[in-house]
Amino acid sequence: MMAGTLPISYYLGLSALLFTLGVLGVLIRRNALVIFMSVELMLNAGNLAFVAFARMYDMLNGQIFVFFVMAVAAAEVAVGLALIVAIFKTKRSIDVDQMNSLKG
Amino acid sequence: MDASQIIFGLTALLIIFSALRVVTTRNMVHAALWLIVTLLGVTVLYALLQANFLAVVQVVVYVGAIAILFIFAIMLTRREMRDGGPQLNKGWPLAALISLAVFGGLLALLYNAPVSERLAASLEGQDTLGALGQALVSPDAYVLPFEVASVLLLAALIGAVYVALNKKQESDK
Repeated sequence: MMAGTLPISYYLGLSALLFTLGVLGVLIRRNALVIFMSVELMLNAGNLAFVAFARMYDMLNGQIFVFFVMAVAAAEVAVGLALIVAIFKTKRSIDVDQMNSLKG
Repeated sequence: MDASQIIFGLTALLIIFSALRVVTTRNMVHAALWLIVTLLGVTVLYALLQANFLAVVQVVVYVGAIAILFIFAIMLTRREMRDGGPQLNKGWPLAALISLAVFGGLLALLYNAPVSERLAASLEGQDTLGALGQALVSPDAYVLPFEVASVLLLAALIGAVYVALNKKQESDK
């Protein structure tokens, strides 16, 4: 039995680290596309935790949730990248520090 | 130390390194390629956790569709911010501190969580794919979220086309 020898906490620790890297990317980068990629990293970290818990409790509900998260992520990326391309067409920039037109 | 531990260790190192490269690299195309490496590493972990269906879906949806969308967006917006100028915003030390605090909070949460040391009984031998499919279409399980997800995908499709088309017509005027 191969995967049965690995404690579930390893997967959860790796998931926490991956989520932290995503948070770091969202917070420190100025490029909107890299921020989107970091959001994907966070979603993957959450998915990994879901799958690990599904394995731990021997239930499939976690895997179904991951399936829905993937569907929502696909929708989010499609709309988000269209928005970024539209913003680039009007402002010639995807720097989030320059997207301050609505600033009061 | 058996094979699964070695595979997990190597994959974890690969995931962490490539995720770090996604966050820190200056070249956007390299960032997208490192993102693909990260997603493939997560796929390996899904396979280790015996989520076979999700491993395949991860490759098809994330690596096949989302990463390609990212590469297209990079090609469409590539002129700006390639090399010159700072890549980090002004408040980055504070942001790094906050993400460190997030990591500490997550670790504390995990430390206190009732997590068993070993994995539970394996799913091996069960028909996970059939069970997943039946759960997605049976009325007393997840058929409503499944339909809502399909409507959401349709809305996202129309929304993306609308956003892209509308701006193009405006800039043509």
